[in-house]
Amino acid sequence: MTIGRTPYSPQPNRGTRGALAAWAVVAALGLAACGSKVKLNEAEVEDRTATAVGAASTATPVTPSPTANSGAVAPVDLSKPSGQDTAGPAGAARVIFFDYDSFTLRADAAALIDAHARFLKASGSRKIVIEGHTDERGGREYNLALGQKRAEAVRKALALLGVSDAQMEAVSLGKEKLADAGHDESAHSRNRRAEIVYR
Amino acid sequence: MPEPTEFQHRSAPSVPSALRRRAVLALGAMPALAAAQFRVEVTGVGLTQLPIAIAAFRGEEAAPQRVSRIVLADLERSGQFRGIDSGSAVLDESSRIELATWRERKADALVSGSVTRLADGRFDVRFRLWDVVAGRDLGGQSYAVGAGELRLVAHRIADHLYEKLTGERGIFSTRISYVTKSANRFNLWVADSDGESAQSALASPEPIISPAWSANGAQLAYVSFESRKPVVYVHEIATGRRRMIANFRGSNSAPAWSPDGRTLALTLTRDGNSQIYLMDAAGGEPRRITQTSSIDTEPVYSADGRMLYFVSDRGGGPQVYRMPASGGNAERVTFNGSYNISPALSPDGRWLAYVARAGNAYRLQVMELANGNVTGVTDTTADESPSFAPNSRLLVYATQQQGAEALMTTTLDGRIKARLAGQSGDIREPDWGPFQR
Repeated sequence: MTIGRTPYSPQPNRGTRGALAAWAVVAALGLAACGSKVKLNEAEVEDRTATAVGAASTATPVTPSPTANSGAVAPVDLSKPSGQDTAGPAGAARVIFFDYDSFTLRADAAALIDAHARFLKASGSRKIVIEGHTDERGGREYNLALGQKRAEAVRKALALLGVSDAQMEAVSLGKEKLADAGHDESAHSRNRRAEIVYR
Repeated sequence: MPEPTEFQHRSAPSVPSALRRRAVLALGAMPALAAAQFRVEVTGVGLTQLPIAIAAFRGEEAAPQRVSRIVLADLERSGQFRGIDSGSAVLDESSRIELATWRERKADALVSGSVTRLADGRFDVRFRLWDVVAGRDLGGQSYAVGAGELRLVAHRIADHLYEKLTGERGIFSTRISYVTKSANRFNLWVADSDGESAQSALASPEPIISPAWSANGAQLAYVSFESRKPVVYVHEIATGRRRMIANFRGSNSAPAWSPDGRTLALTLTRDGNSQIYLMDAAGGEPRRITQTSSIDTEPVYSADGRMLYFVSDRGGGPQVYRMPASGGNAERVTFNGSYNISPALSPDGRWLAYVARAGNAYRLQVMELANGNVTGVTDTTADESPSFAPNSRLLVYATQQQGAEALMTTTLDGRIKARLAGQSGDIREPDWGPFQR
């Protein structure tokens, strides 16, 4: 299933590029020699997920359009951290917020969880780390445990929708990675969160 | 460091009890500015403090460290001594002492000494202790050390004086560990008990929390977020060699050493929720010893190794509990308020320190285990991470003062507090190391 339309951003290796070029040449020759009785193979363009060697993958599954090779190229930079928007389901937020002293998902998180569940089940191999956070108040170790409850709530919700355990790890960052350094309630509410990070 | 030499030590009782009985009650709440480095805050009246004059050591102004000032700061931070101004007296360990002068200044004890540069570049440091009340020479010591060890010598002198005058073991030449955050850099430091002479054991772009000294002072366990999740390491301080001891699925944190150094208790979430496990300190398979569906965390061993105190919210909010060290039925220990965390136990087995939340304030409490009496010991509102000195007489903790993170020491009754000098930037997560030797 194609999720949205994204520009085709191939990362072919040299061999594939050479093959495409060869096919382009052959196709051109074929069109020029239209009187020949030789049947040319059509160049096949496949549905393909580009994967990086070694570093975290940031590609998305796409169906390339027939005019892909002549259009713009969207760069994928593997040197950036894997939390980029090119990871995971396009358009789906990656942060789920929690009420004070609460470790259960709000109703407004349901659509988000659903989008990630579908994406993960479709890929079967993509992995996420769910990072749980707290606001800045309280002890560091106890807040680590509270953050874990938030990450675990998201993990359980995804598991209930059929995502396999092997694709998920719930961890806590406690109060060590505050999103908002303020000390008022609006800062606290921005810090009480779980983040889905695609690896 | 080479062993000190005792010289001209006429035999004297190890505890000059006459001196202690005459210790003067401190009056009022005047802060004493003993040195530019730190400020001792005295709150409350009725303290029993021994008034001591520590004259400037002859030759120390030409040396890299003002040894007498470090000694005085150490003794004042203990809460059991009050510094008497020694004026412009220039004495050394062989000076004749005019007892009348010092009695007039209301000093009960006097220390004189010297710092002399040796031909090979080292320093000869000597001192003598006088019982001003009884008019007796209580002997002294001499040390030969390099410039880099002058602060440590000052701490050893403070230990000697403390032991001679109180009968208890001094903690001034012990070490503490703590974490600083600066821009986006975290450091785990090993420093003297006054926060000075800090050396970085670990530098990381990601947070470090929960350092825990092993009983022999050679290793630190801690939690590092360098792989973007909490992982427990055991780190050999002298060599920098470290082992990843717990990187199980989920979060790994809150390491605590058994007193015999063979076991680590820690918190793992590998089964879903935060629970306490035991592991061999050499590594291996952890054994789960709490069996609840709540949060169980922050284990800490009693000094005799027989009990584990820990934090659990099995009753609703987090409270301190204890159970046998190999697991078993837990008994609740804290009953005041709805949020009590971060237990620390005194090595003498008498006290439990912890942090209690009341309203928006997080405040250090000290409980006497024999009777359950609890005393609040601070009036700051963001206290964290208490840790006892190995003589059970002081606590170090992290807090915020004027919006900045700071490390403080306090006597167990909260009456004498001092802010530790040293690192700038945010400073947190202190742990007090053991006696060496």
